[in-house]
Amino acid sequence: MPVTKMPDGLSEEITPGHPLIHLLQIKTKIFITDLMGFVRKLKHHPSALIGALLIIFFLVVAFFAPAVAPHDPFTGELSERLVAPSWLEGGSSQYVLGTDQQGRDLLSRIIYGARISLWVGFISVTISVLIGTLLGAAAGYFRGKLDIFLSRTADLLLAFPFLIFAVAVMSFLGPGLINLILALTFKGWVEFFRLVRGEMLSEKTKEYVEAAKANGQSNLRIILSEVLPNIIHTIIVLATLRMGFFIIMEASLSFLGLGIQPPDPAWGSMVNEGRQFMLNAWWLSTFPGAAILVLVLSINLFGEGLRDILDPRLKTE
Amino acid sequence: MLEIKNLAMAFETERGLVRAVNKVDLSVAEGEVMGIVGESGCGKSVTLLNILGLVPHPGKVLSGEIKFQGEDLLKKSKKEMRDIRGKDIAMIFQDPMTTLNPVFRIGEQIRESMRIHGLFKDVKGGIFKSARKHAEKDRAVELMKEVGIPSPETRYHNFPHEFSGGMQQRALIAIGLSCKPKLLLADEPTTALDVTIQAQILALMQKINQEHGAGIILVTHDLGVAAEFCHKIAVMYAGKIVEQGRTEQVMEDPHHPYTQGLLRSIPKISNRQDKIEPIPGGVPDLAELKEECAFYPRCGKAHDRCLSQEVPMFDAGEGHTVRCYLYG
Amino acid sequence: MKSIKILERLLAAIPIMIGVAVLVFLFVRLTPGDPVDLMMGSAGSVSQEEVQALQEEFNLDKPLHTQLYLFLKNVARGDLGDSFTQREPVTNIIAGALPATIELAFGAAFFAVLFAIPIGVYSAVKQNSITDRLSMAFSFLGISMPAFWFGIILIIVFGVKLGWLPISGRLDYGFNFPSVTGLYLIDTVLARDWPAFKNAVLHLILPSIALGMQLLAILARVTRSSMLEVLRQDYVTLARAKGLREFIVIVKHALRNALIPTITVLGIQIGVLLGGNMIIETVFAWPGLGRLAVDSIFSRDFPLIQGVVMIYAFTYVIANLIVDILYTYINPKITL
Repeated sequence: MPVTKMPDGLSEEITPGHPLIHLLQIKTKIFITDLMGFVRKLKHHPSALIGALLIIFFLVVAFFAPAVAPHDPFTGELSERLVAPSWLEGGSSQYVLGTDQQGRDLLSRIIYGARISLWVGFISVTISVLIGTLLGAAAGYFRGKLDIFLSRTADLLLAFPFLIFAVAVMSFLGPGLINLILALTFKGWVEFFRLVRGEMLSEKTKEYVEAAKANGQSNLRIILSEVLPNIIHTIIVLATLRMGFFIIMEASLSFLGLGIQPPDPAWGSMVNEGRQFMLNAWWLSTFPGAAILVLVLSINLFGEGLRDILDPRLKTE
Repeated sequence: MLEIKNLAMAFETERGLVRAVNKVDLSVAEGEVMGIVGESGCGKSVTLLNILGLVPHPGKVLSGEIKFQGEDLLKKSKKEMRDIRGKDIAMIFQDPMTTLNPVFRIGEQIRESMRIHGLFKDVKGGIFKSARKHAEKDRAVELMKEVGIPSPETRYHNFPHEFSGGMQQRALIAIGLSCKPKLLLADEPTTALDVTIQAQILALMQKINQEHGAGIILVTHDLGVAAEFCHKIAVMYAGKIVEQGRTEQVMEDPHHPYTQGLLRSIPKISNRQDKIEPIPGGVPDLAELKEECAFYPRCGKAHDRCLSQEVPMFDAGEGHTVRCYLYG
Repeated sequence: MKSIKILERLLAAIPIMIGVAVLVFLFVRLTPGDPVDLMMGSAGSVSQEEVQALQEEFNLDKPLHTQLYLFLKNVARGDLGDSFTQREPVTNIIAGALPATIELAFGAAFFAVLFAIPIGVYSAVKQNSITDRLSMAFSFLGISMPAFWFGIILIIVFGVKLGWLPISGRLDYGFNFPSVTGLYLIDTVLARDWPAFKNAVLHLILPSIALGMQLLAILARVTRSSMLEVLRQDYVTLARAKGLREFIVIVKHALRNALIPTITVLGIQIGVLLGGNMIIETVFAWPGLGRLAVDSIFSRDFPLIQGVVMIYAFTYVIANLIVDILYTYINPKITL
């Protein structure tokens, strides 16, 4: 990815105004050209393409859930409890994947559940990236006490296995969407912190940073416009790959009853609810879990493809 | 002892057939040192690998024979080749740091060949075959002494990364010598080393040749190194031997323009006035070889005949051969 | 000297453990709401004396820093307080559950390593073959799969539909043998109680597979890629040039080197095993630390939660330390 660089004299002429807005304009232009080149390259990686298409599929389905879902996910006909999926005996075409113990259509619940998974996954990753990048850039660039403090905190947080930590946080905060996101980001930022800090440390020694400093650019400007664009593709790859992980974490927490609570159709809690019916209604646990699998799989496929495209040097083949 | 006749070998790649070895003839007599000289990518290393049948996939032998002591190696079974490797014919590679296995001790690595080839299999006695192990260890230490590794008894237990580059290469030579081979294949053994160490290693190899009577094929890109102690030199270019003969013949009376170019590009301390003249152009892509002389684009003395067909080897007298129309 | 370096590492781990304890402490104290109220909330009506007793027990009447000091002092002594719901010292409860978790973690690791290495090696040696592509696709699946779902699928298929394997607990009723280590596999062997041993193993199978699958997937990929690297190395060619059989070349020369990254990754993934424990133990009703954690959270048993979380973190730190130390023995190039 190109380094955003304008000869300083020129930029002075064009935008006497706010440097950051000018930055944004250039960045957007570069972003769009990169995007088009990226889409072209995507065609060469079939697995990444499949991943991308599936993700888009999920997004569309989730967005248009009210239109796509055949039934209301929250209300169920008790007379139609535990109906089998349509292709098994006892099933009906009205409820393609069967119904749960309250007569609610499984397919509809799964469709609505996509919203939760996508939403939680996206938000927690985004917040983690923002916090981690900010702190990592600051720590790597300015070093000193700030770096020591932040790194020690990161090490401390890393002493906990992810799920234990998230569970502990949830147990103290109580269940719910916001708390869930908090719990995930609380530990989630650490990985991005380390990544950005590491990259910052190595980029800092490179010549273009020296040159920028010699030009009199402010520290903030250097971080944002010089170093960050070079790091950003690594960040994006990691973010994509972690998103699948976060979604599984959310599902796990919901499964344990600590995340999204019923009657909200979170896939994890649906699997948990279905446990009691493993003997006679196996579909209740199976299909929501399969949905998680497919979503995470597509995100991972896409993420891997992304990594190959953005930095072929990282490929081990 | 070793006779390569008309060997042709290529790699099947997506870009087509890469002819790494293109109809090569070589012969090495007992106790003789043959040098194969050429730039990177000319196929000299691959020629060595072919002798031992170690060419990696997707390489394939297209034609020719490699006769070792009268038997064609290309026709041997896998087991027969395994018997020959390390015992009758041994090989030394270029970068000792990567050629020694980093997780095993030096002594163990030297002993390994002896163990597989049953050098001491008749030594009986001791629990867990300890008598045999002792014999192997003794010989390993002896070898280490011979190749000039200091304090061999202690060094025996070292790991490769605890050795300096020169010592590592000596260790590799020790491994090669462990089963008293008749032929030693050395693939650029000094390239990765400092110049002073280079000289030591070469002297060591000379000693081995003289004391053990082992034949050596030395592959190098450095004509000077080859001239130091080879009896015969073969110059290779783009998969073909372009000139071959005794060392004095090739060095003092080079016939092929490429050889002449190589000699001109070596800085010589003696002649003050010479500029170093590199040969213009670059090495051709082995995937794009055609019938004509591959050196044509860079040759100062080329003429139309060179483009017409495959250039045969011409005799320049007394075993000196050249692949060039200037002489035929 | 190596032993000094090991000691150094151990000592360096202590500040982390202290930090962990402090962090856990802060969690409890800073929870919105009065901790005692929260605990009371799940117990129904309680008398004034009990409230008072609890308050004293938790030193809630004292200033925060004093609480912290007392807390840390207790932890150093090994006193983690008493469980509210079980009226027993937390340390005892944890000690009872820990072996089960350790056994499960080992079971999962064993399963993962057992299959990952051959799969990884075979895929690398026969690169781009059908087997290679299939196993890599399969391992990709393994990484993307939620462990709890996989566990449930295993239960449905092998427990319910096929009825081959037991699906909950560590042991069926009716077995009795002296508990020496708490690890059933070892205790049953010591007691020569073979039916019990077999029963314990059967119970261990499904949970180990469920927990170990993700690890298997990761290890297989790492082994394959590091094996590919290694097979390209000169020392592998040299091994062949010595006349070694191909099998020996791969297993002795190549694998030894290729395993180094694999073991590194295994060490890193121990956290996954410890974390995933919770889920799998819940799914399979395995009486270990994980299930204890979940139960204690639902019953709002703060001392127990505290203790469990701390022990988890401690175990993780120590496990990492052990892996670091072991690593130096495996890779001769690395000194601590």
